[in-house]
Amino acid sequence: MSSNLAVKIDDLTVAYNYKPVLWDIDLEIPEGVLMAIVGPNGAGKSTLIKAILGIIKPIAGSVAIYGKPYKKQRSLVAYVPQKGSVDWDFPTTAFDVVLMGTYGSLGWIKRPGQKQKKQALEALEQVGMLAFKNRQISQLSGGQQQRVFLARALAQNASIYFMDEPFQGVDATTERAIINILKALREAGKTVIVVHHDLQTVPEYFDWVTFLNVKKIATGTVKNIFNDDNLTKTYGINYKVAVNE
Amino acid sequence: MTEYFSMLFTDYTLRTISLGTAVLGIICGMLGSFAVLRKQSLLGDAISHAALPGIAIAFLITGTKDSTILLLGALVSGLVGTFWIRGITSKTHLKSDTALGLVLSLFFGFGILLLTFIQKQPNANQAGLDKYLFGQAATLLESDVWLMSIVTGISLIVLLVFWKEFKIMLFDAEYTKTLGFNTNFIDILITFFIVVAIVLGLQTVGVVLMSAMLLAPAAAARQWTNSLGIMIFLAAVFGAFSGVTGTAISASYDNLSTGPVIVLVASSVVLISFIFSPTRGLLFREIRFLQNRKDLEQDKTLAFMYNIVFNHENITHPHNIRILNNFQGFTKKTLQQLEDKGLVTITGQEWSLTKKGFDTAQNLYTNQSMVNE
Repeated sequence: MSSNLAVKIDDLTVAYNYKPVLWDIDLEIPEGVLMAIVGPNGAGKSTLIKAILGIIKPIAGSVAIYGKPYKKQRSLVAYVPQKGSVDWDFPTTAFDVVLMGTYGSLGWIKRPGQKQKKQALEALEQVGMLAFKNRQISQLSGGQQQRVFLARALAQNASIYFMDEPFQGVDATTERAIINILKALREAGKTVIVVHHDLQTVPEYFDWVTFLNVKKIATGTVKNIFNDDNLTKTYGINYKVAVNE
Repeated sequence: MTEYFSMLFTDYTLRTISLGTAVLGIICGMLGSFAVLRKQSLLGDAISHAALPGIAIAFLITGTKDSTILLLGALVSGLVGTFWIRGITSKTHLKSDTALGLVLSLFFGFGILLLTFIQKQPNANQAGLDKYLFGQAATLLESDVWLMSIVTGISLIVLLVFWKEFKIMLFDAEYTKTLGFNTNFIDILITFFIVVAIVLGLQTVGVVLMSAMLLAPAAAARQWTNSLGIMIFLAAVFGAFSGVTGTAISASYDNLSTGPVIVLVASSVVLISFIFSPTRGLLFREIRFLQNRKDLEQDKTLAFMYNIVFNHENITHPHNIRILNNFQGFTKKTLQQLEDKGLVTITGQEWSLTKKGFDTAQNLYTNQSMVNE
C-alpha cells in the first residue's frame, strides 16, 4: 500500500506567529487521484501546499513524497502558485515563463537548450497557448496568464502537481479547458492536488477531496465523504450542496 | 560642448572623470534594474544614507582619506543597514517602508553626528569628508576609475553566470524555491551587488542623490522594452549617457556640481521615456486613445444612419440632420469626416448615405455580429 502513496504527511503543524495555521495534519494521498482541498478562508489551504513544498518552514511534522523526504524528490513535484502572487508586468514573454519550468532539472548555471525549449513549446501547446508564445505576459488576459502558469508546471514534467486556486478569476471556457488538462494528467497516472473554492463543482471535477479548517476534517473519495456532515464540520454552518447520488 | 569633446582628448583629469561617471552609470543602470523589478526602489536610498557613518568611522580609525578605505567602511555600514532592514521586516510586523525609513534616518543622523564631531577635531586633515554628502566628481582619481571598472566587470560576469537564476528569482521567488534553488543565496548576491554599486557612486554623486542614479536609468529603460536582457542593457546605456553628458555640461559651465547635473540628465531621460516610448509612453497612448475614440464615433454614427436608412427602398434617400442630434457621439465633425471619406453626402440640412457608406455600415454589422458570437 505504501508504495503507491504519492504524498504522506505526518503531524504537520505550521504557525506564523503564535496562532497555529495548521494543526497536526496527517494526510495520505494515493497516487493517481485528482484531489480538491476545500475549506473556508484562512483554513490554511494555501499554507498546506506551501508547507509541503518547503516554501514555509513548518514547526513540526514530516512530508514524504513516494516514501522519501521531499527534498530528495523535488523533481517529481510541480507547483502552480496563485496567479496574483507575481507581477505580470515583468518584462518577459509567455514562452520565457514556461521555460522557467525546466530550470529545476537544469540546476545551477546551466542554460536551457533545445530539449528544454521543446519541452516548453509542448507545454504551451498542451494548454492551447502556442499562438501567444511571444506575447508579453502583461498583454495576456487573466485566463491566459493562468494557462501560462499551468504550462510552466507541465514543463516540469513531474508526477505530482500542486495547484493553488487555478480557477480563480478565469472565465467558463478557460475553467473547462483547465479541468480537461487536469483530468488528462490523472488519466496519465499523475497525482493532482488543487486548492479549490467552488463547492458546487467538486463532485463534477474531482474524485478525491480533503476538508481542511486548521485541522484536517476528513479526506477520502468524493463519493464517500463529500456530504453535508463534513461540509458543516468544515464551514461551521449547514451547507446545502447538491451531492451526487 | 564641442570644447568639452576636444578637451576630452587633451585634458587628463576630465578624461578620468568622464570615464568614471560612464562606468558608474553602467553599473548603476544594470543593478538598478534589479532594484526596480524587485520593487525595492527605496532600498537604494536607505542603503546610500546608511553608508555615511561607515565613511566617518573608517576615517576615525585609520585617519586616512584614501577613497578605497573610506568606501570599504561605507560598504560595511551599508551592508549592516541592509541586514537591519531585512531583519526588521522579517522579525516584526513593521512594513518595509517603515523599516527603510527607520534605518535611513538612524544611520544618516549618526553619520552627520560623526561628521560634525570630526570637523571639531584639531586636525587639518579632516576637511573634504563632506564631499560624500553631495558627491564631487572632480576628486575622482585614476585608481578610483580602475576600482569601479573592476567591480563593474565582476558584477557583469556574475550577472551572466547567474542570469537564469536572477531572472526566475526576480519574477517568482517562491516558485524558484520549489525548484530547489537556494533563494537566500541569490537574494543576498543581488542585494550585495546593489550595495556595492551604491557605495561606488558615493564619491561622485553623493549619499543624498545616489538612489536617483540607481533608479532613473532602469525606470527609463523599462519604458522601451519588454525583454529583461534589453532592459538591463538599455539601463546601462542610459546610465553611461547620463554620466558622460552630466560631466560634459558641468565641465562646460564653471562651478556646476557634477553629481546633481548627472542626476538631472538621468531624470530627463526618464521624462522623455515616459512621454515618448512607443508602447508605454503617455503621448502615443493618448494619441491611440483619441484615434480609437474617433474611429468608434464614426462607426457608431454610420451604424445609426444605416438603421434609419435600412427601411427605405432607396438607400441614398436624404434625411434631415436634426434627427441625428440626439445621438451621443454624433458631432458636425464626425459628419464632416464621414463626408470626407465619401461615405455620406450632405446637401444643405440633409444627409444621405452613399452606396459606399451603406456597404461599409453593412460590413460593420456583420463584423460586429461575428465578434458577439
